[in-house]
Amino acid sequence: MIGLTHYLVVAAILFALGVLGLIANRKNLIVMLMAIELILLAVNLNLVAFSAFLHDLVGQVFAMFVLTVAAGEAAIGLAILVIYFRGRGTIAVDDVNRMKG
Amino acid sequence: MIQAFAFYLFAIIVIASAVLTITARNPVHAVLWLILAFFNAAGLMVLVGAEFIAMLLVIVYVGAVAVLFLFVVMMLNIDFAELRAGFVRYALIGLAFAVALAAEIMIAFGAWSAGAIELGRRAAPTPDTVPNIEALGLLLYSRYLFVFEGAGLVLLVAMIGAIVLTHRERSGVRPQNINRQVKRRPQDATRNARPTVGQGIEL
Repeated sequence: MIGLTHYLVVAAILFALGVLGLIANRKNLIVMLMAIELILLAVNLNLVAFSAFLHDLVGQVFAMFVLTVAAGEAAIGLAILVIYFRGRGTIAVDDVNRMKG
Repeated sequence: MIQAFAFYLFAIIVIASAVLTITARNPVHAVLWLILAFFNAAGLMVLVGAEFIAMLLVIVYVGAVAVLFLFVVMMLNIDFAELRAGFVRYALIGLAFAVALAAEIMIAFGAWSAGAIELGRRAAPTPDTVPNIEALGLLLYSRYLFVFEGAGLVLLVAMIGAIVLTHRERSGVRPQNINRQVKRRPQDATRNARPTVGQGIEL
């Protein structure tokens, strides 16, 4: 029978993969943003699993707000990426220490 | 039985497509694998009876966020081969981090399941008779109304921010000036003249 632990393990693996993607693709900002989306997906999975197995609906409400913030974050992140690419002609982010105002 | 089969199917596909998302050479493929991961995560959520969040995931992520990623990947002319330099070296460091993180979370699960933690008071117990979407709507539009409005505000600010960031003033073009067009009166633009025969008019 599938229990809460199964879901938590899947979410934990997904979260770890997101962190791995964040570190491994340190130059490619687009894949880094995708890895952040994976991390947020893992968090949502956790919230929904807890909500379902503990019979409390608030987890799903909170998952919806996480989804909202994730969508906004993706939009702003991609906008910053576009203007960064316009200015520099590359999206290699390991030397972004020039944004000093 | 069928539930266990569906769970393992979705879980394996989610994890496999997550691996392929972060290792794909072509970012377009990475986005497509991300979409597959979201679809299967939505399937996992449907299995525990959270249909609304599952459908929201499909609509918001697959319909909007992934397409946004795809747009940006295709719009910018980026040399992605150059960006993969040092991938293996970083991947080894990242693997160490990820394994440590996953191990920590697993240990936390062990601690959590060892002592039976009972929630003293549920904030909003799942009703038995009302379907998921209806129960969620009842909760969202009553107790969490202000938080819900706040979420809308976050989306509005994100939208305005994205537009302000990417908008640029283009010089050298002559756009339509609606204000000037509306302000123009017929008496400014035309003139009635009655010239005598054989004589022109001064313009």
